[in-house]
Amino acid sequence: MLEITNLHVSVDGKEILRGIDLVVQAGEVHAVMGPNGSGKSTLAQVLAGRDSYTVSAGSVRYDGRDLFALSPEERAREGIFLAFQYPVEIPGVANIYLLKAALNAQRQHRGLPELDAVDFLALVRDQLKRVGMDEALLYRPVNQGFSGGEKKRNEILQMAVLQPKLAILDETDSGLDIDALKAVADGIEAMRRPDRAIILVTHYQRLLDYIVPNQVHVLAQGRIARSGGPELARELERRGYAWVEAAAAGTGAAA
Amino acid sequence: MGKPAVRLDELIDQDYRQGFSTMLETDTVPRGLGEDVIRLISAKKNEPEFMLDWRLRAYRHWLTMREPQWSTVRHPPIDYQDISYYSAPKSRGDGPRSLADVDPELLRTYEKLGVPLQERELLAGVAVDAVFDSVSVATTFKDKLAGLGIIFCSFSEAVQEHPELVRQYLGSVVPYSDNYFATLNSAVFSDGSFCYIPPGVRCPMELSTYFRINARNTGQFERTLIIADRGAYVSYLEGCTAPMRDENQLHAAVVELIALDDAQIKYATVQNWYPGDKDGKGGIYNFVTKRGDCRGANSRISWTQVETGSAITWKYPSVILQGDNAVGEFHSVALTNHYQQADTGTKMIHLGRNTKSTIISKGISAGHGHNAYRGLVRVAKSAEGARNYTQCDSLLLGDRCAAHTFPYIEVKNPTARVEHEASTSRIGEDQLFYCQSRGIAAEEAVAMIVNGFCKEVFKELPMEFAVEAQKLLGVSLEGSIA
Ligand SMILES: Nc1ncnc2c1ncn2[C@@H]1O[C@H](COP(=O)(O)OP(=O)(O)O)[C@@H](O)[C@H]1O
Ligand SMILES: [Mg+2]
Repeated sequence: MLEITNLHVSVDGKEILRGIDLVVQAGEVHAVMGPNGSGKSTLAQVLAGRDSYTVSAGSVRYDGRDLFALSPEERAREGIFLAFQYPVEIPGVANIYLLKAALNAQRQHRGLPELDAVDFLALVRDQLKRVGMDEALLYRPVNQGFSGGEKKRNEILQMAVLQPKLAILDETDSGLDIDALKAVADGIEAMRRPDRAIILVTHYQRLLDYIVPNQVHVLAQGRIARSGGPELARELERRGYAWVEAAAAGTGAAA
Repeated sequence: MGKPAVRLDELIDQDYRQGFSTMLETDTVPRGLGEDVIRLISAKKNEPEFMLDWRLRAYRHWLTMREPQWSTVRHPPIDYQDISYYSAPKSRGDGPRSLADVDPELLRTYEKLGVPLQERELLAGVAVDAVFDSVSVATTFKDKLAGLGIIFCSFSEAVQEHPELVRQYLGSVVPYSDNYFATLNSAVFSDGSFCYIPPGVRCPMELSTYFRINARNTGQFERTLIIADRGAYVSYLEGCTAPMRDENQLHAAVVELIALDDAQIKYATVQNWYPGDKDGKGGIYNFVTKRGDCRGANSRISWTQVETGSAITWKYPSVILQGDNAVGEFHSVALTNHYQQADTGTKMIHLGRNTKSTIISKGISAGHGHNAYRGLVRVAKSAEGARNYTQCDSLLLGDRCAAHTFPYIEVKNPTARVEHEASTSRIGEDQLFYCQSRGIAAEEAVAMIVNGFCKEVFKELPMEFAVEAQKLLGVSLEGSIA
């Protein structure tokens, strides 16, 4: 589904991703881990189409197409969803309004009729329950005054409503108490399907206790320093990132 | 390498959708200004002596005045001798008596503008006094209103039919000597709207005026006078458009509102005069004096404005809070794009006890637009317990536009409470990207974010007007996507 080849990305002349190779198949869950500042969010944002990053080399194919030929909204309509590490506040715009505009834009792209208010509300209420989110949040301005946990749940709600093909979740587990973590994890796990791929960006093993990934990748110094199965995450939990970073520095120097 | 995502500055081009002009036979006075022109206007309108006197006093005073220079707006000098001060569509006979008498071409123009002149649209509850250039061509729903004792007619008609009311109230809020543009208006104004709500009557529908500048090289100087007698209520809507012209046109209107004891007036404007093209050529110069007088105790006046048009907007709808417990409100959205300039705000003059005022101003600047909020809150010594709350927010789109805030606060009574909050933000690329990453097109996302920013003001508008205002902002910010 997603094929990243030798991806180099810089911002303000500083190279952040220095040759990422990653293949994600439909039905798989990949965890991307790594220390702060290693480039996890950069990777996630570049995949979603953020233009403040410069792609200096490499390619990304999504469903066989050149991803970089698509605008951010086209990517979304083609089924890519990014749950933001820091969800953005939009004053004065009701949460439900954004959600409805998004869903209808995507449906229109797929040649489906717009959902009317009644059907839409039924769909959203159904998903709200699964995410364990208060309905009142639908009518508040997007993310404004939401607690950290509410913001993260709101991202999961959007994902559940939009039903993407490729979901990229950027530290959706950070800053959550244990109940919220469980709710968010359940929301993600419920999305797992043979025709959908999920990339989980996370710092912590604990999310992976709920969602067992097919593969774990460790990002260090702009490269995937190590890949493995779920046991790699547990090893990281024990030993920290330092040993991977040291190894990455070693190969970096050798290259 | 990657396909560049949409840039904000590409989103903020616009087309002016009301930019058609109408071919009509007009009765236009030659360019130039002098006592002879004023006498001619007054004679054409068959005015009583007191009106001509008032005009002439204004004109003589105007000759002693100079154009104000204190605002932030910049424009080439205006040649007041190069303007024609009177232009009226030539109609059969003495002016239309009903819709059937109105030039069909004119009706088509209103149709394009979406003005609901036809009976079936009237059922929607809007009574329209349409001002085409300088003469009011059709006033609808008058009979129904007359049954309640409400007078809603063109200014000219009011001068003929209700001279005592005109004489009593004209200039009582904005005197002829008030300021350069208001004084000019007093001398040469040709028509406008007049409205009187008798004691205890609640006007059962929104009253509405559409102004439209059509003829070339004509300034438009209309005058609106609204009086809500004791315990009366009226909500008034004003909408404006003007066709596209290369040259700049001057518009200097005066609006006077008077609320007596326990009366309430709501006045809403959606203004989209032609703003000039994207290089700053053409467009309306809009120098307007709007002032309300809360003359009676417990009276209430609120101004709501959505300003998206004009090359230059210079406008400070104000409230004089004379009566005890009077309430004044000002809710404003002003958008400037391309080379538009807006210097707008309000004055709240607290004279009575326990008077209250609220100011909510939302300025949006895009392109090379310049947007200034200028607001005065004055609490006189007599205004025991006065309160004001001011909130002034600016939103910038792109990095070539500017926003300024000039709050003036003068408090002479120690019991007064005056609060002021201000913020400036830039439409975040991150907000835009967030919406796009959900599948929403960049243009739609900008409109959504801007509308969200303006929400507090839009909720003050009557429903249909709020929808219109939202669309207008969308159109005003519309542009090409690479
Ligand atoms: N817009 C930006 N401008 C400058 N530096 C940035 C920007 N975005 C990210 N960076 C830098 O890129 C590096 C990687 O950041 P990020 O992708 O957010 O890491 P992670 O998500 O793994 O913590 C950091 O050093 C960060 O400071
Ligand atoms: Mg991050």
